Amino acid sequence: MPTVGVKRDLLFKALGRSYTDEEFDELCFEFGLELDEITSEKEIISREQGDTKASGASDVILYKIDVPANRYDLLCLEGLVRGLQVFKNKCNRYQCDLPVDPMFAALHSPQTEAVRPHAVAAVLRNITFTQERYDSFIELQEKLHQNICRKRSLVAIGTHDLDTISGPFTYTAKRPGDISFKPLNQTKEYTATQLMSLYKTDSHLRHYLHIIEDKPLYPVIYDSNGVVLSMPPIINGDHSKISLKTKNVFIECTATDQTKAKTVLDMMVTMFSEYCAQPFTVEEAEVVYPDGKTCIYPELAYRKEKLSGKFINQKVGINESTEKIAHLLTRMCLLSQATGAGDEIEVEIPPTRSDIIHACDIMEDAAIAYGFNNITRTTPRTYTVANQFPLNKLTELLRQDLAAAGFTEALNFALCSQEDIAEKLGKKISEMRAVHISNPKTAEFQVARTTLLPGLLKTIAANRKMPLPLKLFEISDVVLKDETKDVGARNSRRFCAVYYNKSPGFEVIHGLLDRTMQLLEVKPARGEGYHIQTADDSTFFPGRCADIFVRGKNVGRLGVLHPDVINRFELTMPCSALEMDIEPFL
Amino acid sequence: PTAYCLASVSLYSMADTGVLETLLQRVEKVDDGVDSLAVATSLGVDHQVIVGAVKSLQALGDVISAELRSSKHWELTEEGTEIAEQGSHESRVFSCIPQEGLAQSELMKLPFGKIGFSKAMSSKWIRVDKAHEGGPRIFRTVESIDDQVREKLLLVQKGHSTQLEEKEKNELKKRKLLSEVTVKSYWITKGNSFSTTITKQETELTPEMIASGNWKEKKFKPYNFEAMGVAPDCGHLHPLMKVRTQFRQIFLEMGFTEMPTNNFIESSFWNFDSLFQPQQHPARDQHDTFFLSDPAHAHEFPQDYLERVKKVHSEGGYGSQGYKYDWKIEEAQKNILRTHTTAVSARMLYKLAQQKFTPVKYFSIDRVFRNETLDATHLAEFHQIEGVVADYGLTLGDLMGVLHQFFTKLGITKLRFKPAYNPYTEPSMEVFSYHEGLKKWVEVGNSGVFRPEMLLPMGLPEDVSVIAWGLSLERPTMIKYGINNIRELVGHKVNLQMVYDSPICRLDS
Repeated sequence: MPTVGVKRDLLFKALGRSYTDEEFDELCFEFGLELDEITSEKEIISREQGDTKASGASDVILYKIDVPANRYDLLCLEGLVRGLQVFKNKCNRYQCDLPVDPMFAALHSPQTEAVRPHAVAAVLRNITFTQERYDSFIELQEKLHQNICRKRSLVAIGTHDLDTISGPFTYTAKRPGDISFKPLNQTKEYTATQLMSLYKTDSHLRHYLHIIEDKPLYPVIYDSNGVVLSMPPIINGDHSKISLKTKNVFIECTATDQTKAKTVLDMMVTMFSEYCAQPFTVEEAEVVYPDGKTCIYPELAYRKEKLSGKFINQKVGINESTEKIAHLLTRMCLLSQATGAGDEIEVEIPPTRSDIIHACDIMEDAAIAYGFNNITRTTPRTYTVANQFPLNKLTELLRQDLAAAGFTEALNFALCSQEDIAEKLGKKISEMRAVHISNPKTAEFQVARTTLLPGLLKTIAANRKMPLPLKLFEISDVVLKDETKDVGARNSRRFCAVYYNKSPGFEVIHGLLDRTMQLLEVKPARGEGYHIQTADDSTFFPGRCADIFVRGKNVGRLGVLHPDVINRFELTMPCSALEMDIEPFL
Repeated sequence: PTAYCLASVSLYSMADTGVLETLLQRVEKVDDGVDSLAVATSLGVDHQVIVGAVKSLQALGDVISAELRSSKHWELTEEGTEIAEQGSHESRVFSCIPQEGLAQSELMKLPFGKIGFSKAMSSKWIRVDKAHEGGPRIFRTVESIDDQVREKLLLVQKGHSTQLEEKEKNELKKRKLLSEVTVKSYWITKGNSFSTTITKQETELTPEMIASGNWKEKKFKPYNFEAMGVAPDCGHLHPLMKVRTQFRQIFLEMGFTEMPTNNFIESSFWNFDSLFQPQQHPARDQHDTFFLSDPAHAHEFPQDYLERVKKVHSEGGYGSQGYKYDWKIEEAQKNILRTHTTAVSARMLYKLAQQKFTPVKYFSIDRVFRNETLDATHLAEFHQIEGVVADYGLTLGDLMGVLHQFFTKLGITKLRFKPAYNPYTEPSMEVFSYHEGLKKWVEVGNSGVFRPEMLLPMGLPEDVSVIAWGLSLERPTMIKYGINNIRELVGHKVNLQMVYDSPICRLDS
């Protein structure tokens, strides 16, 4: 969930009134925002870097507001204010018109196809920046980059002072060595190759290098005089950088996802066109594709949807008139009206609401405007008979009786290291049917466990100070590769128990097996009952290990652990253990 | 000491029967009672012997009653004891002076000389002839002396300090010959079952006593009810699993059927795509999800369903605009450790859609996995509790009503709902409950109505709504059992003592 920081007083000024912290928190809650933190720049610096660094920093109060991940229109002060104003019936719908004035062409070259195929652009004409507006403009780009743009991999935004460059612009791709320009905030020219190594150590930009690093050609935008505007998605040129004095802003978005590029461009222009000489206007740019096809951007598409009042009432569980529902939707920036044809409502979805993709999204907005907490809570009449999942039912029943047999239940992780399930048990990892994780952050998450035993031994190691004997059990799932399953793996429900004391206590573990079989109604007998018979297993002490056979099928193993295994788990006492599959008893 | 008898047995052995009976006889003779210190003095035994006898008698039941008292008491100092034996310094000075006198220098060599000389002088027992040839010489001035200091000290030593006046005692205290000490003693009176003879007490009832009936004549040592009992030798259930059992119970009481969630490995298709979670969604990032290298890919999908999922993502349909991106089968095939049990809900709903629709209520409580940054409250795996209801015409009000019933069973009645965003539910609501302790609203779960883009491609009827909610099992357990660090609860670093000591789980009390 993205967090937007806004200055409280600026926010209240724009909203036309002030709120107590509690009142504002309440308003956020209703609207689906969260007032996450009330702080100041000074407090943030002091917390992160210490009091000394914070002295002199601004102590203007900041509201940190959590915004739902799909509401790109609320990622800056301007958007938040508009959303809240409309919600509180304070102002009319935001609008944005297309001028007819000169068109700026961005020419697409075929070379970009392989690296970053899409580009869109627009111009904000005669804009007036103040420090606050400028900061918000920069901040919005950053928020969009981090969210919808997926850290610039899907879309990258470049903003330029149009008066320093001249169209038409060319979007092309070149070999890194052939691109040379003075990047933003640098004093000399670099080739793209040099830039990539320069930014290797840049705490901010290094995260974006991988997007184009291994490509033979890098994307680049030139103006008609060969001035580099930007090398997306890494850096803009210094030549065209915007400042507080900039009057005309050229916005370009390059992308691997065209839908998102259009959305991002719409967001940029809708949020900041209110500062243009003619508010809520934006100048179009024409994009010419290599095949000669042309497109005009921004699209700023308004979409009309028709739905019935009954649909909203039924889905939400309310009973409101068609007019009232239209009014509820209008408060959510969805200008709506009853068409007069029955209970039909026509809803206009503005370009700011890219999150509205289905009638259910409109329904949700009606519910939010109505107030979730004003909806009557009802009980569905759904009649059903409950069933337990048989394997879980068996597990629940067994757990109770195993605890009654004197063993204490442990609960271990399903993920562990390769070493835990192999080397430490005296086995080879290649012989395990283990599922391997490709991106573990630490060795603790290399594989899914194939046995419960290592977890129990680690539990004992972590509790060596406890009085002996330690008697532990666990009934839980392990994961095994299984070609017959659609995902190539399956869970297996296991029962494992260990006895740790000054003597191995094989008879104790054997007794627990006998008790378990008694609970499962299996009699001690070869053939139709259960029996144990000597087995070889490198985890166990030679001659002190047996397989468990139930109705002729091997379901598990018990024995005295091998001293090497005891040592590898940092234990010092003899230990006997039992592990078996419980699924055959269903 | 954990056994009830141990304390009295050991004390009993401290005093022999002789002392006990003598003490009882003393108590019998008086009406009001005796002081243990006085008894010790008169018997000529150490006070501790009498204290031991008192405790032994107390352990026998209500034979005597003993009240602890403290009294002030004068005692001779080391120097005082020496004087009581050998006489005061001045008297010793007096007695060492012969008729012909003694040179002052000689006298001063004696250990008591200096103090004794000045005291004897002020008592006018001796005189100094400073003009005597050969240096100053000391002579007796009286024939005999009365060593009152010694006599007074002897009085105190014999326990007759009351015969001295306060002033006299304070003077001796100033001379560091006497000191005042506080003494604790017992004031012993007859108890309700007073007797001068001691019957031997039995420690425990025996089968023989029951058989012969002679327990009726026996006296039994009282139990020490202050001691703890012996801990039973037993096993214990894990607290998190105890809470799981309760949540299962709640769902079963509400008529919910348990889903088979015993498949930790899931394909991205069922975990994300089927839920209409776009392929570029951050949750599908390497930083959030555990991907598998072996087996890396799932094979076998319901092919026509997969095509419908692909279409709704990339082009839309079912009334949706879709996400309009290039949906790739390769992404859907990637195997992962499931990030939520909703992947199983998706499989169950798909299965449900393949037959004639009947309303269902499902639940599950099982492990899910996140490749997240770990801290005191976050682990890479945790248990998700999930409830799902599918029926014709369910409303948002129904969802809130079901949640109200569910949370009431957990003892939570004050609920409110906040609009939220979730890729596969619309509307989505975060559930908050009022925490009386913290005096604020805290998030207790997430909920929503599954999107048509998820349900319709499965083949569910258009007028069927599916409402769902989820929460973690660990958080309510940590609150219930007062655990701050999740590692003490889950995993091998568990504190087994905590497991041994944890109470039963009643969520609504």
